[in-house]
Amino acid sequence: MTDFSRLGVAAIRDGVANGEFKAVEVAEALNARVAAAKALNAFIVETPEMAVAAAQAVDADRAAGKPLGKMAGVPIGMKDLFCTEGVQTTAASHMLEGFVPTYESTVSANLWKAGAGMLGKLNLDQFAMGSSNETSYFGNVISPWRRNNGDNAALAPGGSSGGSSSAIAARLCPAATGTDTGGSIRQPAAFVGISGIKPTYGRCSRWGVVAFASSLDQAGPMARDVRDCAIMLEAMAGFDPKDSTSLDLPVPAWEAALNSDLKGKRIGIPREYRLDGIDEDIAKMWDNGIAWLKDAGAEIVDISLPHTKYALPAYYIIAPAEASSNLARYDGVRFGLRDLPEGAGLQDMYAATRAAGFGEEVRRRIMIGTYVLSAGFYDAYYTQAQKVRALIARDFENAWASCDLILAPTAPSAAFGLGEKNADPLSMYLNDVFAVPASLAGLPAMSVPGGLDKQGLPLGLQIIGKALDEQAVLNAGLAIEQRSGFTAEAGEWW
Amino acid sequence: MSEYRIQGNTGEWEVVIGLEVHAQITSESKLFSGSSTGFGAEPNSHVSLVDAAMPGMLPVPNRECLRQAVRTGMAINAQINRWSRFDRKNYFYADLPQGYQISQLYHPIVGEGAIEVTLNEKDPDSPTKKIGIERIHVEQDAGKLMHDQHPTMSFVDLNRSGVALMEIVSRPDISSPQEAGAYLKKLRSILRYVGSCDGNMEQGSMRADVNVSVRKPGGELGTRTETKNVNSIRFMMQAIEYEAQRQVDLIESGGAVVQETRLFDPNKMETRSMRSKEDAHDYRYFPDPDLLPVELDDAFLEECRASLPELPDAKRARYEALGLTAYNAAVLTAEAETAFWFEDLLAEGVDAKQASNWLMSELFGALNKLGKTLDESPVNPKQAAELLGLVADGTISGSIAKQVFEIMLETGQGASAIVEEKGLKQTNDTGAIEAEIAKIMAANEDKVAEYRSGKDKLFGFFVGQTMKAMQGKANPQIINDLLKKALG
Repeated sequence: MTDFSRLGVAAIRDGVANGEFKAVEVAEALNARVAAAKALNAFIVETPEMAVAAAQAVDADRAAGKPLGKMAGVPIGMKDLFCTEGVQTTAASHMLEGFVPTYESTVSANLWKAGAGMLGKLNLDQFAMGSSNETSYFGNVISPWRRNNGDNAALAPGGSSGGSSSAIAARLCPAATGTDTGGSIRQPAAFVGISGIKPTYGRCSRWGVVAFASSLDQAGPMARDVRDCAIMLEAMAGFDPKDSTSLDLPVPAWEAALNSDLKGKRIGIPREYRLDGIDEDIAKMWDNGIAWLKDAGAEIVDISLPHTKYALPAYYIIAPAEASSNLARYDGVRFGLRDLPEGAGLQDMYAATRAAGFGEEVRRRIMIGTYVLSAGFYDAYYTQAQKVRALIARDFENAWASCDLILAPTAPSAAFGLGEKNADPLSMYLNDVFAVPASLAGLPAMSVPGGLDKQGLPLGLQIIGKALDEQAVLNAGLAIEQRSGFTAEAGEWW
Repeated sequence: MSEYRIQGNTGEWEVVIGLEVHAQITSESKLFSGSSTGFGAEPNSHVSLVDAAMPGMLPVPNRECLRQAVRTGMAINAQINRWSRFDRKNYFYADLPQGYQISQLYHPIVGEGAIEVTLNEKDPDSPTKKIGIERIHVEQDAGKLMHDQHPTMSFVDLNRSGVALMEIVSRPDISSPQEAGAYLKKLRSILRYVGSCDGNMEQGSMRADVNVSVRKPGGELGTRTETKNVNSIRFMMQAIEYEAQRQVDLIESGGAVVQETRLFDPNKMETRSMRSKEDAHDYRYFPDPDLLPVELDDAFLEECRASLPELPDAKRARYEALGLTAYNAAVLTAEAETAFWFEDLLAEGVDAKQASNWLMSELFGALNKLGKTLDESPVNPKQAAELLGLVADGTISGSIAKQVFEIMLETGQGASAIVEEKGLKQTNDTGAIEAEIAKIMAANEDKVAEYRSGKDKLFGFFVGQTMKAMQGKANPQIINDLLKKALG
């Protein structure tokens, strides 16, 4: 009997289409795996009946000879930042605990239309703020990976899409949605040895996605290989008139055009990413990546992105500034939590509700954001950060004169243990150092597995492409995937 | 324009006034959502997910609202900014679901412009003054709190939440309550001509924030106060008068004006403090990251310009050229509705002078008596043209026309039908008129003698008698001619 947990998106889609198995069999098998993996805490809400219903619809369509969608019969996990009609949507916060939208986000609706089914709502860092999935109101997500030293320490699955990364790595689902504001798809993908792509800003509609930082938020797929990412991105992307920042462009046939022959492609290696004291294993993986791309026919060129060191500070001004405003709507008036102390007035209700509803990291970022936008500080922080952002974008523009893609590590380290970095927010923020520049410039960027470090933990290689050139990014990802021989898996300890 | 001065104990004071007018843009749907903008609906019946700021909802600009703002800018000869941007104004209040208002602080869609006002628009000799307009920007309205629905709770109605407003900011060029009134009237007239705002202050479609300061003539500008949300021209003028006097009294008694936000209480006819500068919000304006900058192309601007109607000043000049008096031209163009009514009459073929005289005396008089506005007139221009046509072609006399009009107002019948039914057609039958004249002269031999001995004034008496005998239906010109002949 087929072990459906070992099948990816393409394999399930094709198997269902060819009649090798029924979509319902897949859904039921994965429902069972989800139910048995509570120790990972990857899901906030499980929706087995929805996975089955979607699968039954696909089976019925197939029986009736109707055309099947790009994701027909594929059960997926949905990051709990996407509003799902009739299913609690929390952004992993107490604020939205019990909130059941009456509407469906554009991206999730696109996926259902393509024949995917929902296994459940995946845990994440609260309001997508975090790099370790330790800020969720619903508890930490635990990575299925363990170090090879036998310490059995619980490791972070990365964040903010930590539920997504953990569930895919643990083979609870073949793929899941993620969102990436400053690395929230790429870093968790790297931490658990899977692939994930953040497309060009505007490819995927933000409508119905709980907002963190509007000018940076971008949805994307996470899966176990590059092809699966390509398939799912095709299903998710597309122009949406309900999102003013959505790109009015057709969705390319990324899967059909996958090609790992990189002849004629120039790969830029940014010297500024070679930080002092870079982790030895990371440096080695990066060198391997360079060798693999060379082997695939690409030319390697040294490039400079001179403003890289300002990217992280700029990001931690712009993202909190937008967040402080985006999260103002959680006020206890219309939906979600309301904390109304005895005899309290409106201002007291706001204060009590927001103090109770937001976790520490969310409160920290709201305060940072409020500060950088306030009178007297705006120019020194926000305006300055916007200028830096423009310079970062220009760095990339200049780089494209000499290369077509950029190769860099996804994160400066492998997964760390839960609790290891909470005490120092700055060291946590530093985890985003390689991911943030592409976010600020709105460029497509992908993480693919690049090998294991000395502790036996996965590391990720990041490919950054020109705006709208997801194809080149995916192709380079495929070239690495074919050469890295990455087959490592987390042991099933849960 | 006017030398408005407040007499204080220490001498004369000058008043400096600037107005920020919020005008609701005429549009079917809200600025960033598809909800209806209809007035007077059940609370919370015009609220979309976007208006309620549900998680993940995004604003999409309504092109029509931007178009109306641009057309308004063009009507005041303002600079139109081809590149503008929306900013968020952040503050917490229960009528503001997003926790911020989407507005335009840094880059408004319309820049510098001006309008020319006259203190008395109906008096062509009244002096004029140019009032500068600094900018027009587009922003969202807030919802409405209702405090009278429940003993311990306040309710929120979000029907207005997200409705598009234009904020029209004047320069502090206004120096008297009268000028402020004239400015607001003129502005309202322009908005109604353009069709970008219905100007209805009672329904809150237009309201003004009034900035007032006082100074010794020609001196340094004083500290200003801002009186919020004044919703009638009369109240605004009263608020300015009160506030300027209050400031003078305050300064002269050794106090100082505090920069603050005030409210006007129309019952007590006074302004009072709402919040001082210290309590002012830090709005943390920043560009709205959910929205792209607004870029206007040539075709869009061209369409806006082409769709502009003839504006009041141009219209008035044209009416004068048609032979109307300056006074009539001014009255007919003061409100768009009047001008459109007048032009409808012309389109039906009515002579311009006849149309303007009838409109201003007969129609206005009748509406006044009925307590109705022009929009509510029981007689429409087409029906009125039929009546005036009957006068013009001599079918009925002017005095019969008055009677016919009365009947039209009461019954809604057409003029021709009334004339036919009541037999009011004017007669040109000279034989019948001559017979009546003969009878009247025979019955009034003394008066005939008096007239013939030089008492010319009696001619009117004979005309009246003849017309009476003809039951008003005789052509007055023919009566005149025949009487002159008969009386010698």
